[in-house]
Amino acid sequence: MCRMAAIKSKKPVAPAMVLRMMLAMQEGHDNSGFAMVMQDLGGAFANFKEFPLLSMACTSEGLDRVEEYLEKLGFTVKFDYQPDVDDRPGLDFQKMPIYVFRNYRYPENYIGRSWEEKKKLLVNTRLVLRRLLAEGDQGYVYSFWPDVVTLKEVGDPRDIGTYFQLWNEGHWLQARVISAQCRQNTNYHIVRYAAHPFFLEGYTLMGNGEDTFYQKNRDFLNGLNPGYLGFESDTQCFLYTLHYIVEELGWPLPYYKHVLTPLPFEEMKQHPEAPVLEHIRQSCQHLEINGPNTVVFVLPDNRMGVIADSKKLRPLVLGRQDDLVAVASEVCGVNTALPERDYTTDVYPGERETVMINNNLEVEEWLQ
Amino acid sequence: MAPMNRPAPLKVDQAKPYEQAGQPLSVSTTFGVQAPAAGQTRAPLAKPVYVNSSHTTDFPWKIEWNAETCIRCGACVAACTFGSIEPRLMRQGQAVSVGNFPTPVANYHVVLAIKQVKDSKLACRGCTMCERVCPTGSIRPVTNEQHRFPLVARRGGTPIKRGGRAHHIPVRALDYIKVGRISQMTDPALDAARHTFDLLTPLGRNLPAGELPFKVENGKLAMQGKTPPMQWIYPVMIGDMSIGALSWRMWEALALAVAYLNEQCGLPVRMSSGEGGMPMRLLTSEYLKYFIVQIASGHFGWNRIIKAMPQMVTDPAGLLIKIGQGAKPGDGGLLPSQKVAPHIQAIRGVPQADLLSPPNHQGLYSIEESVQKMFLSMNAAFKFRVPVGIKVAASATSVAVYNNLIRDPYHIVGGFFMDGIQGGTGAAHEVSMDHTGHPILSKLRDCYLAAVEQGRQGQIPLFVGGGFGDSGDLAADAFKAICLGASGVFSAKIFLQLAGCVGNEKGRCNACNTGKCPVGICTQDPRLVSRLDVDAVAQNVVDYFLSMDSELKKLMAPIGNSSLPIGRSDALISMNKSIAERLQIAYAC
Repeated sequence: MCRMAAIKSKKPVAPAMVLRMMLAMQEGHDNSGFAMVMQDLGGAFANFKEFPLLSMACTSEGLDRVEEYLEKLGFTVKFDYQPDVDDRPGLDFQKMPIYVFRNYRYPENYIGRSWEEKKKLLVNTRLVLRRLLAEGDQGYVYSFWPDVVTLKEVGDPRDIGTYFQLWNEGHWLQARVISAQCRQNTNYHIVRYAAHPFFLEGYTLMGNGEDTFYQKNRDFLNGLNPGYLGFESDTQCFLYTLHYIVEELGWPLPYYKHVLTPLPFEEMKQHPEAPVLEHIRQSCQHLEINGPNTVVFVLPDNRMGVIADSKKLRPLVLGRQDDLVAVASEVCGVNTALPERDYTTDVYPGERETVMINNNLEVEEWLQ
Repeated sequence: MAPMNRPAPLKVDQAKPYEQAGQPLSVSTTFGVQAPAAGQTRAPLAKPVYVNSSHTTDFPWKIEWNAETCIRCGACVAACTFGSIEPRLMRQGQAVSVGNFPTPVANYHVVLAIKQVKDSKLACRGCTMCERVCPTGSIRPVTNEQHRFPLVARRGGTPIKRGGRAHHIPVRALDYIKVGRISQMTDPALDAARHTFDLLTPLGRNLPAGELPFKVENGKLAMQGKTPPMQWIYPVMIGDMSIGALSWRMWEALALAVAYLNEQCGLPVRMSSGEGGMPMRLLTSEYLKYFIVQIASGHFGWNRIIKAMPQMVTDPAGLLIKIGQGAKPGDGGLLPSQKVAPHIQAIRGVPQADLLSPPNHQGLYSIEESVQKMFLSMNAAFKFRVPVGIKVAASATSVAVYNNLIRDPYHIVGGFFMDGIQGGTGAAHEVSMDHTGHPILSKLRDCYLAAVEQGRQGQIPLFVGGGFGDSGDLAADAFKAICLGASGVFSAKIFLQLAGCVGNEKGRCNACNTGKCPVGICTQDPRLVSRLDVDAVAQNVVDYFLSMDSELKKLMAPIGNSSLPIGRSDALISMNKSIAERLQIAYAC
């Protein structure tokens, strides 16, 4: 199984907290990697929120290809952060030659254009960069989006933390929303793209479990949108489905749960929205997930949500204290982040709930 | 056993029948030596050999009769609907010895014997009715592997016709496929007995999510406008068999079972009427909602259906336009005149004659036009409230047809029913059954993957039939088809077998076309139909569905699925490399 940890905070926090949460849950993962998406950034990138931020790990040749392509499109560098690293010997960690965390200015011809057009540009650009880097295995591009940093590494999370100095509480990377996962990739080869959390067009998602309808999901999603690609992990299906439902179809978020884990027919008939739900089940039958899963997602407006499978086969818990909500696969993870909290107010999402944390850190439980 | 106070009779195996009196009588001993008859002094000339007249050795079934144990009750002859056996008289010889020393004296008398008829038109079908009724187990049909039946049965210039399924299908691909992706630690297997399983599948046109007429109001989706009719049904349905092909009691038993499954067991099983109409009482009852009404190229029964429409209290579950069937692709329906009894004439509105549906619907010359004409008119018949599907024989062209239908811009095609070569029929030319058609699995897979390629899977549900359940395990067959992309399965013959049909793919019985069905299933002869116990048949069918329901759950639980795994081919493995490759599933050994 994987283990997940997420933070939603009113103030920017350093990733050390999620690393500690992960180590607390170490019995549940295999130390084979660490991946993290940070949104609503503080720290070094706090002043560049509106500029698309490229998160990438590559070779020097890969960097050349990327720079050449971005230059051709008209992107110019706004801010380039070269992290200080602790490259002590003996780290169990598959280091990449170059790490890029760089804000870009939009091309001049995009100044004044709508956000919709810019979104399209950013997604398409990332997809091209991914293709460019894939040729000859020259690197990985994780996100190219304003106010988002992504890190995906293969190795021991402690050593990855040491190398990037993530243990430092005053780290250059700070964010109000952090999603992190330590991988145990049992189904597929260990490739960086397979590590959760996944990011697409402002949506971040990670999951813990096994999507037994992975093939059905993939067959259906593949081709719906050029951004729905890779499928290195079954959890990518959850992200693309979220994107499809909310972004493409424009359905309100509560219907995401109805798509992922539809109500049994007998219960559906009693539901006040029965006709709508029946149509959703009918048309989205290939997007249903079936199997043990908990899903943590972040929306473009930085609200965070949690969904469990319909049989509640995978655990997840939310705890809150003051200006911070911690989400973890196991309560020991939350205890690490918030040892002083009132644990009686912890929320264990039910099999028919969507739990949402809004930007005021109010936790809402939506019954399906 | 011979009585103890008498010597054992001389064994005789080929006594001459009595009607051959006038010729020298003789008996042949077990050693095949011609023994002189009483009063004769020399052996007669050997009988000439005429090899061109038909003989029981030419037939696929031979009757084995035990003269010693037979009590001559005549039950076998009465039970044989084909006239394949008859009572005849036989001269039997016995060597009797009385006194203290062996002084055998030949003693002849005439006895009753059961003989197989040599007329190829009356050849034994192996239906076993004689064996079933015999109180002493003295008679049974045995297969004659060395028969020459295909050579003698065409005498008279008439092609062989029969019912049943195709013979000589070399591979039953389903048997090489297993459910191989089991939830073991990666995810938990479910509990088949305790978890909730949603074993339902949609029948009807599914709109793509983006085309659903939804509008967001106060953070909720609201329906604005109509959607194509659709209903969730049980994924295994009873395939199309008409009243006419079936006896009225058999059809009634199936209808009873379907109503019971829906009303009492909560299984929304649907049954297709077949081409031949439905009883008025059913058409105007609430139970009509469990039936899919079929229209085929002969339009048989539709006069009555249309007349019943004003009195209908509910809509049927669906309408099914039959283009073809797997057992005899390219042929229309065929109901031999022997089966067009007065009640069939009444339902279909025809005189007694061979009822041949044309091989094609009148006026149909393209797929697009079929959508325009047939689908639109059938949809309009029930004011677009009832899903309309189409049934075709699986063919090398199936994907082209499916592709055309799936692009139907009116959203009025509610199901694609495809029937494979192993499907059954009530009557067809044997050459069609055995040598035309297409296996269903690869075509199912092709159609499903064609839809996947276009992102249209599920928009027109794929239902497949043709040999599903012929092993007796319909749940397993259906489950594998569903994993390969079928929304559901239709099956027919297995329900006849549950009713007592003895026919099989090895040539047993297959006499559905003759009107002489020995178990009362495929005949309109009241004497034969009375052999069928309607309630017992209905109960068998209900019981089978209930066990199948449990078995489907037993297949879904280990792969960790509580909803139907339509298209989940990663759950399957094949133990045959070619099948794995063709169906795009994993090969395992």
